[in-house]
Amino acid sequence: MSEKEYIYFPGCSLEASAIEYDMSVRKVLAALGVKLIEPDDWSCCGSTPAHSVDHVFAAAVAARNLAIVEKMGASTVITACPACLSAFKKAHLRMKKEEGFKKEVNAILDEPYNCGVTAKSVLQILVEDIGPKPVAEKVTLDFPDLKVAPYYGCIINRPPEIMEFDDPENPMAMDNLMTSVGVKVCDFAFKVECCGAAFGVAKRKMVNELSSKVLSMALDAGANCLVVTCQLCHQNLDLRQGQINNTMGSSFNIPVLFFTQVMGLTYGYSPQELGIDKHNIQAEGLLKTRRPVEERIKEEQEKAKAKKPKAKKAEEEES
Amino acid sequence: MSYLAGKELRIVGFLCNWCSYGGADTAGVGRFKQPTDLRIIRVPCSGRVNPLFVVKALLNGADGVLVSGCHPRDCHYSDGNFYARRRLEMLKRLLPFLGIDERRFHYTWVSASEGARWKNVVTDFTKAIHELGPFHQKEEKTECS
Amino acid sequence: MRVGVFICHCGNNIAGTVEVAKVAEAARMMPGVAFATTYMYTCSEPGQEEIKEAIKREKLDRVVVAACSPRMHEVTFRRTVEKTGLNRYFFEMANIREHCSWIGEDKELNTNKAIEAIKLAVEKAKQNKPLFPAKFKINKRVLVIGGGVAGMQAALDCADGGLDVVLVEKSPSVGGMMARLDKTFPTVDCSICILGPKMVDVSQHEKINLYAYSEIEEIKGYVGNYQIKIRKKATYVDWSKCTGCGACIEKCPSRNAFDYFNFGVAPARAINIPFPQAIPKKAKIDAQFCRQFIKGKCGVCAKFCPVGAINYEMKDEIVTEDVGAIIVASGYGLIDLDKLPEYGGGRYPDVISGIQYERILNASGPTSGHIERPSDHAEPKTIVFVSCAGSRDKSIGIPYCSNFCCMYIAKQAILTKDHIPDSRSYVFYMDIRSPGKGYDEFTRRAQEEYGVQYIRGRVSRIYPKGKKMIVKGADTLLGTQVEIEADLVVLATAVTATTDARTLAEKLHISYDPHGFYVESHPKLRPVETNTSGVFLAGACQGPKDIPASVGQGSAAAAKVLSIFSKDTLESDPQIARVNTNICVGCRKCIGTCPFGAIEEQQLRDGRIIANVIETVCAGCGICNSTCPCGAIQLQHFTDNQLLAEVNALCLT
Repeated sequence: MSEKEYIYFPGCSLEASAIEYDMSVRKVLAALGVKLIEPDDWSCCGSTPAHSVDHVFAAAVAARNLAIVEKMGASTVITACPACLSAFKKAHLRMKKEEGFKKEVNAILDEPYNCGVTAKSVLQILVEDIGPKPVAEKVTLDFPDLKVAPYYGCIINRPPEIMEFDDPENPMAMDNLMTSVGVKVCDFAFKVECCGAAFGVAKRKMVNELSSKVLSMALDAGANCLVVTCQLCHQNLDLRQGQINNTMGSSFNIPVLFFTQVMGLTYGYSPQELGIDKHNIQAEGLLKTRRPVEERIKEEQEKAKAKKPKAKKAEEEES
Repeated sequence: MSYLAGKELRIVGFLCNWCSYGGADTAGVGRFKQPTDLRIIRVPCSGRVNPLFVVKALLNGADGVLVSGCHPRDCHYSDGNFYARRRLEMLKRLLPFLGIDERRFHYTWVSASEGARWKNVVTDFTKAIHELGPFHQKEEKTECS
Repeated sequence: MRVGVFICHCGNNIAGTVEVAKVAEAARMMPGVAFATTYMYTCSEPGQEEIKEAIKREKLDRVVVAACSPRMHEVTFRRTVEKTGLNRYFFEMANIREHCSWIGEDKELNTNKAIEAIKLAVEKAKQNKPLFPAKFKINKRVLVIGGGVAGMQAALDCADGGLDVVLVEKSPSVGGMMARLDKTFPTVDCSICILGPKMVDVSQHEKINLYAYSEIEEIKGYVGNYQIKIRKKATYVDWSKCTGCGACIEKCPSRNAFDYFNFGVAPARAINIPFPQAIPKKAKIDAQFCRQFIKGKCGVCAKFCPVGAINYEMKDEIVTEDVGAIIVASGYGLIDLDKLPEYGGGRYPDVISGIQYERILNASGPTSGHIERPSDHAEPKTIVFVSCAGSRDKSIGIPYCSNFCCMYIAKQAILTKDHIPDSRSYVFYMDIRSPGKGYDEFTRRAQEEYGVQYIRGRVSRIYPKGKKMIVKGADTLLGTQVEIEADLVVLATAVTATTDARTLAEKLHISYDPHGFYVESHPKLRPVETNTSGVFLAGACQGPKDIPASVGQGSAAAAKVLSIFSKDTLESDPQIARVNTNICVGCRKCIGTCPFGAIEEQQLRDGRIIANVIETVCAGCGICNSTCPCGAIQLQHFTDNQLLAEVNALCLT
């Protein structure tokens, strides 16, 4: 496989509260032969607080980073954080579309941004640039107990005209990725339901209610674990799970993993290497049973063999 | 009668009766406000527009010429607009050889129901002609390619 | 030459943004203009009288009216002018309303623009020559495209009026959408009981020639004389032998064919008759599902057919029919459920469309009228109806209202209560649109007598929870969110044009709007005519409409055809190409470009070959005119000289 290179923007939370997301992204992409280059002197992406006050300022904060990437001679920047992604895409698209807006933004910046950088999520490059086959080839371990509900959250693919990725109502990227690495995926109806997002401080009760619905739907779908792409979702679902249980009178105990952590597990990394031990709800129980992936493949082949004669018989009967 | 110098430029439009003239009517009925520079000549079909009409208009004093017909495959006369497309595209490439900036001539397709689209066509073309300025007051330099 | 100019105020429509007095003053100064005046409403009777009097008094020989679009009133004023003995082609119209007063905001610029529009018309009028129409015979047969209720009504009215009718239906049976309905609003009449007799009439009327399972291949000609090629699609069953006994269907081993008639509510056999009342009641094979065609071996139906009607070798057949007029009643389509992912459309079996529910309610439908939900065949107790599923939704490109969903939802809710008395129905709506006769009373009845819960608000999401479907939405009247645990969800999916509407329009040379619905000649005053003379519209192909409106339009279109056929000859439009035999060099370029084959070679007595225009075939596009290298062929009323006079009027100043 030819070596791939990407400019990688970690963003603030992946250096702190969601450092395990960063760890797992780096591990998984390294395993897939992808080299990550972190831009020098990157700064805040301009997410949440800035754009509710001043759009030009918010875009300038984002564009500062894009201009750095542009200067490095790259046309793509990847990030794992959906909020960074959204901030980059919004700033880029509006500056590209509106000449006046671009001028206003660039007037604030030392280095102007010339709209030459496309921002993509780690999920997007895994699906579009690398593809399911190389992703599957790296798998060494199988976790037969793991049944995941993929939870995409609100912004990784919405609004569709800005994010330009996957189906806005029924996204499948993570479902397919999980299937590629051999993890059982449950049909989950709340893939893009709201978790309460950044209201965790201001309206804690509302966030608890909304997140509790997501958790309970995951159980209904038959899952024992949630897989997420967003560290804010992770915070609401994992860190606040105890809080949810207190306010809602529930007794959830559902581990919430980043999709890259699940991939890393199947690639043979230890939970500690992937930072899974940093989570509030521990996933140990689900990860106890593990076996080489060859065993599963063999088992599947045998099952398929056992099924076939039956299907043939039924067809014969029909005619 | 001269056009109101300074305020307007001279733009001539050849519109096919069935689609574009109807589209301009629809725009009028919908009160879609447009610049006033355009004067409309009604022809049965864009295929009736002899490229020489366009040249004649430009050489005789027009600052811009617009031809609009039915959308391809939707021509009232089967394929009149296909003939128009061939001839007018050829004309567009020929104009620089006559010393005329080819941006002074534009052809497009607007159907009878597309009032809003007609408004945009007129607004954009008028704006483009105003950006080019009056044709006959300055020598135009066009590169022959 | 004495040109008279009449400038219309059109109330305030023109006079509001154009200084008409100034315009008249300027017109009087134009060379050739002998008289110019303004009038409040030129198209009114006194307005027209004024024109006639002025023609006589001022000895005018050319007339220009500056008013609305010629597409509106050119015919009116030509008639006025003709009444004074002037040739109608001495009349010209300047459009100072749609192209001027209504679109410009600056009065000075508008006034100037109006003056120039008149100048253009005056110069054109001065170049005009008298033209005289020829007469030609018409073929008094009519083609009706589409055998739904609108098309059948049109066909029956034409046939009763003594015309030969060719009725072409795409599907294997006439009846259209109405044949699929269980009941009709607001009377709750049985749909097939009122439609069935009409279908039988169509099949038995000696004046109607029905081509079922056929499509229009090609249309040539013009009003009075069309040549139509019809593709009779292969049914693989010889319909002259088939008795409709159904033995083949019973034995057919391919049981997973898509049931087009039932919108896929239940699977059909590969050989099938769409429904018991089908006309004609003949079987056909869906080759894409038939084992004989997929695997190359089966032959069960051929073995069991008592009359030996099965013919796997059958091919499509093209037949030709000559007619004089065409009525288009090609109907409508519905958006697919999977266009509505937020409702889980296409993903969850218990989220179905209104038309599918109609089939489930129908006694001759796949469930024999027993309401059961697709997933587990259980009887649903809580049913949620979602109106405007796709309609009035710009985000999927359907900004319009689908017209009849509010009404059929009320009907289906009422029928549900009749079928399952202990059921509860909920309707999510944006607005209740019930403007027809007896319609509002009907929706009130659904709420008041049948206890249907109407919730004003949109549904945001539908998802499964156990065996239930959770419908989550807003109640905007109470200002709260609601969640309903439903057993079955019915979406009133948006009405669209049929998938092949655009292709058919292109064959007919009629226009369609951005959504694929056909454009009528005038939205208020010519609702069944198109801009192509001889082609008329009926039913939902022109826009979503309910049964009475479709039937009304069917009859109206028939009346239009009967009225043009009440004469034996039609006047041809003299605005056609004419060849100047002295100039024509016989290069034959025009022959190659004419889209209608209206130009032929002619040998003069001196042996010269020149072009000759066949008057009745020429449609007047003028393509030949701009092709001719020596200007020998000229489109009358739009000659090179006339158009250049207009160009010069604008530019040489």
